[in-house]
Amino acid sequence: MKLSHDEVRKIARLARLGLTDAEVEKFSKQLSDILSYSKMLDEVDTSGVEPIAQITGLTTVTFADELKPCENPEELLKCSPNPTKDGLIQVKSVFE
Amino acid sequence: MTYYPMIHLTIAEAHRGLKSKKFSCVELTKAYLERIKKVDQKIHAYLTVTSETALEAAKTIDKKGQFSNALTGIPISLKDVVCTKGIKTTGASKMLENFVPPYDAHVWERLQAAGCVLLGKVNTDEFTMGSSTENSFFGPTRNPWNLDYVPGGSSGGGAASVAADECAFSIGTDTGGSIRQPASLCSTVGLKVTYGRVPRHGVMSYAASFATIGPLAKTVEDIALIMNVIAGNSEHDATTPDIPVPDYTKFLKKDLKGLTVGVPKEFFGEGVEAEVADTIHREIEVLKKLGATVIDVSLPLTKYAIPAYYILVKSEASADMARYDGIRFGYATKDAKNLEEFYMKTRGEGFGDEVKRTIMLGTYALSAGYYDAFYLKAAKVRALMKREYEEVFKQCDVLAAPVSPMAGFKIGDKADDPLAMYMADILTVPINLAGVPAMSVPAGFSKAGLPIGLQLIANQYKEETLIHVGHAYEQATEWHKQKPTL
Repeated sequence: MKLSHDEVRKIARLARLGLTDAEVEKFSKQLSDILSYSKMLDEVDTSGVEPIAQITGLTTVTFADELKPCENPEELLKCSPNPTKDGLIQVKSVFE
Repeated sequence: MTYYPMIHLTIAEAHRGLKSKKFSCVELTKAYLERIKKVDQKIHAYLTVTSETALEAAKTIDKKGQFSNALTGIPISLKDVVCTKGIKTTGASKMLENFVPPYDAHVWERLQAAGCVLLGKVNTDEFTMGSSTENSFFGPTRNPWNLDYVPGGSSGGGAASVAADECAFSIGTDTGGSIRQPASLCSTVGLKVTYGRVPRHGVMSYAASFATIGPLAKTVEDIALIMNVIAGNSEHDATTPDIPVPDYTKFLKKDLKGLTVGVPKEFFGEGVEAEVADTIHREIEVLKKLGATVIDVSLPLTKYAIPAYYILVKSEASADMARYDGIRFGYATKDAKNLEEFYMKTRGEGFGDEVKRTIMLGTYALSAGYYDAFYLKAAKVRALMKREYEEVFKQCDVLAAPVSPMAGFKIGDKADDPLAMYMADILTVPINLAGVPAMSVPAGFSKAGLPIGLQLIANQYKEETLIHVGHAYEQATEWHKQKPTL
């Protein structure tokens, strides 16, 4: 498997990850190596097998749907590197 | 006054000393702080040392004078992905270089309630992604046994801090070997619990369906004492099942009569250094002498563990890493015209190489057109591997194998080859795929003087079996008593 520079740039854009040209070059090779290696999974017969993501067999865990107050909204807002106003975080505009 | 002899004590020994007023918690804490001051410039296990708050906490504990819990007054280190209210928690990332959490991780709440004293936060690969602690934004940690070598990773700071007697024990995380492999490389005991046995609330997530929290300590008895405090379900983490937690100290037995130990041949095959395989075969004879029945078993899917693990973990991680967007916390770029450029630059500037590779690999494996071929395929192989472990535990109570395929590697040796670094996890990731618990116990040294760990693996929620076997083995051997020269 070979990931082209354009494919690497496209994935990076999907993930909102800015890359330099040197990084695109490096990751194109490294990711191609890793993905090629991963293709060995094709050797395993998985026909009729259900995929698994919860490994200890837990099924839907629920809790009471009750409103609880946030204990420290001011402290949480203080973590933001951006300006805040009226309990909201101010971000850059979506359009220029 | 010199405090030094105290730093070698196990938790159990220190507890007896505190309880009988042989020394105070302040004296014990000062001893460790002095040790850190003396040796950590060589090792770089600590990212933050919390001397002042540690001494304050120690004074309060001495004043109360009640040492009813075995962990009361015991000085510890926490991996720097465990959130500590008011104390910087960086994930060893530029992204969180100055992040001070507004709340405590639940595991730290439990340890505080028991009376543990926090000495500081220890190094890790960035957001726990790595096997050598070289991926830390703040520079690598060095192995106390040989400063040219890596301590393993990602809980390398934790393992090194225990091995160098810079704390009594440490709390790490294990997503694919991150507790066991550094424990093996630094000659400490390290326990990876069953998925969900210890609540993960407030601990930075790498891959949500794999990650576990567990202890690194000097003896198996100490592991039992820590587990009595940190294990058990919590409303803060919906993945922790409501299964009762036993008193783990009840399983500290001296013999292995009636127990069957399985030796999986795939864990001694290709890619495993002969010196490591020979050492573990030799140590399995000790289990036999203690009364265990040893049988050969087979886990044929083991060779597919690395690709299945990395596809699944990187996919989950690409979603977990989405929270680092420069909006609510952490690093933010200074210079962006609009919101998209803000995200791109913040993440491009804030993350290191392995995190970037992770996000790219995961995004690719989850993207339209590749999801079936990569993510879904790997999730099916995982289902088959789980079945394989269920079957093998019908034949035996515990598996015995090496932890790391090599006794160690030098700083820089694998840093530029991510696939070679992933291969260092070949014997640890199958355990996380199957969600079962496993423990590394000191089992010898290579000719070059580097530690080798024995990996014990049990069925889901059978941590007590690991504690039983590990303790009996430890009583019959002297490896855990050896200390590095610093």
